[in-house]
Amino acid sequence: MAHENELNLKATELRLGLPGTDESEDMVSTAKNNKRASPESLEDSGSEANSAAKSGDHETSSASKTQIVGWPPVRSYRKNNLQSKKAESETGMYVKVSMDGAPYLRKVDLKVYNGYPELLVALENMFKLSIGEYSEREGYEGSEYAPAYEDKDGDLMLVGDVPWDMFMSSCKRLRIMRGSEAKGLGCAV
Amino acid sequence: MAQSFPEDVLEHVFSFLNYDKDRNAVSLVCKSWYEIERLCRRRIFIGNCYAVSSEIVIRRFPDVRAVELKGKPHFADFNLVPEGWGGYVYPWIVSLARAYPWLEEIKLKRMVVTDESLELISKSFKNYKVLVLLSCEGFTTDGLASIAANCRNLRELDLGESEVEDLSGHWLSHFPDNCTSLVSLNISCLGSEVSFCALERLVARCPNLKTLRLNRAVPLEKLPNLLCRAPQLVELGTGAYSAEIQSDIFSNLAEAFLGCKQLKGLSGFWDVVPAYLPAMYSVCSRITSLNLSYATAQNPDLVHFVSQCSNLQRLWVLDYIEDTGLEALAASCKDLHELRVFPSDPFDAEANVSLTEQGLVAVSEGCPKLQSVLYFCRQMSNAALVAIARNRPNMIRFRLCIIEPRAPDYLTLEPLDTGFGAIVENCKELRRLSMSGLLTDRVFEYIGTHAKKLEMLSIAFAGDSDSGLHHVLSGCESLRKLEIRDCPFGDKALLANATKLETMRSLWMSSCSVSFGACKLLGQKMPRLNVEVINERGLPDSRPESCPVEKLYVYRTIAGPRVDMPGFVWTMDEHVSSRLSRVTERRGD
Repeated sequence: MAHENELNLKATELRLGLPGTDESEDMVSTAKNNKRASPESLEDSGSEANSAAKSGDHETSSASKTQIVGWPPVRSYRKNNLQSKKAESETGMYVKVSMDGAPYLRKVDLKVYNGYPELLVALENMFKLSIGEYSEREGYEGSEYAPAYEDKDGDLMLVGDVPWDMFMSSCKRLRIMRGSEAKGLGCAV
Repeated sequence: MAQSFPEDVLEHVFSFLNYDKDRNAVSLVCKSWYEIERLCRRRIFIGNCYAVSSEIVIRRFPDVRAVELKGKPHFADFNLVPEGWGGYVYPWIVSLARAYPWLEEIKLKRMVVTDESLELISKSFKNYKVLVLLSCEGFTTDGLASIAANCRNLRELDLGESEVEDLSGHWLSHFPDNCTSLVSLNISCLGSEVSFCALERLVARCPNLKTLRLNRAVPLEKLPNLLCRAPQLVELGTGAYSAEIQSDIFSNLAEAFLGCKQLKGLSGFWDVVPAYLPAMYSVCSRITSLNLSYATAQNPDLVHFVSQCSNLQRLWVLDYIEDTGLEALAASCKDLHELRVFPSDPFDAEANVSLTEQGLVAVSEGCPKLQSVLYFCRQMSNAALVAIARNRPNMIRFRLCIIEPRAPDYLTLEPLDTGFGAIVENCKELRRLSMSGLLTDRVFEYIGTHAKKLEMLSIAFAGDSDSGLHHVLSGCESLRKLEIRDCPFGDKALLANATKLETMRSLWMSSCSVSFGACKLLGQKMPRLNVEVINERGLPDSRPESCPVEKLYVYRTIAGPRVDMPGFVWTMDEHVSSRLSRVTERRGD
């Protein structure tokens, strides 16, 4: 499953190297660069880290903050037990799926799928199209269609950026966009 | 002097030794004591299933009745150990089945257990009594059906928080009508509904049932039926604690609880409807252990309920308790030993509840016996940590998770080195520590200097350099388990403290700066360590020696390298250099 592998790779990616060579704009690396400030200026490095945290709040959506695998250290069992209640009461698992150009919408039950690969295959089958491979940098670059979703805040997000559980609890509706229109969604902030 | 006692006298004396440490000490006195002890040891604890082989265990201890095994490293709980890593129990069960027909107890933690294993257990042991599966995975309810059907004298079935493929609830009906031996049943992790009739009859015919933890699917209206049939219960885990508000449901529930005079522990409370909490008021004063960590009740209902439990020793709760609730707890529960506060919304950057460091400070002030803490919060200060340390020098386990990685002291914006330093300096009996927030090498200097009784340390997003790791490895004399993620620790400290690793159970390092070359060196230098590299991206193409590994798991072992590794795990030993050079071959895997 290419999507799964990509997500895993991203999670295990080591972000080392000299400051400036680090291309990822994930929260972790931003904070890490600030942390390499000299120990003497602890106050400075502290405030830098804090302002990085603050600017992180504004620049990136709260979704990208949770991209750190296994953090905070809450066991999946516990996450699932709390999640299912919230998901059922707040968003409902059946979400509408629209496709650009299609005459009517469809509905899918997100609970039925264990992860992104299954969902994407289901969408491909339902609409008879191909979605292609996800990558963090390029989104679904090169595909005819790209899957997007509207989240709790009403923003249009690219499917695949956040952990599956997070996606399940924040996805309000799905929208399959033409690849040409979806270009803007493919880049991390 | 040792030879002057006949063997059976010594054996009788040894039978009073239950702790492994004592038995191990005794077996080192002389050869005859070693022999006598090994023949009469009945309980074996293996903290790492790969540290020893079943053959070695069986050869030394020929008559064992209880085995406890642990598999995956702790960070597997947070999805840091990839699927397929290992921890398979089946080969152990095969050996145990052959060697110990009288085995009664198997306890497993973080292991992969198949239905095949469960079936083998159910059919191999003549007097099988106890099965405890904590955080295990790999089996279905079919495996449970074998256990229920074949273990005539089953006393304990505890599924912990395992991941079970729930095919149907029918398995419970496999307990035969003449099974009356159950003392403890924990099915709380199961999703599907078990036949309530079968459950009711099972509970009714087991007069010694002390622990019953139901799953979410057991409705609240039916709970009284079970309680009436088991008024002797000491520990109860409810199912979903919700129902439409109806006075007869409430009165039935209250009456049923009234009959449970032995009840000391409560858990469950999924989907809790606060209006039904008062039904339990009659038992509250006897409750010593309360797990409300799945109860999404808020204050004032939540704090009012908790405050009724004046004899509370252990509380697990969500952060809905807030600072005000913790202050009330500090005032009413003076016997509190253990507090765990879990986040209701761990992925939200913004706080959804008013829970801060103040709550923990209040509990540390008000509860003189508080010795074990797990606390998730969104802000912390050095001042608070210093206060906690001064209030509670008797602290034994302290695990603090500030949700934002590298969050500094929110008042001064400094690192939290001083705060955690105070913890290790004041709490001289500290055995377990998990840290978070902004931390420099200095905190590790404090830890190395003061944390002499520390056995387990968890570090994330902390430190500046190798000297941090070096302080810990060279200073912490009692260290057994060290787990590190996302810290700038590399080769130097690891290689300089290679021999230390043989005195520990295990070391985990992920997303750090340890190179393949260093791992290879470590593996070559220390033949009694398994130096396992987990690299899901395969072996590196170019400059493999200096390339950092994704994850490293080092553990001492007398069983040699393991043979069940998946393609993305390598044992770095003397054979590995040829493997590294055959990189192009590997990438075809």
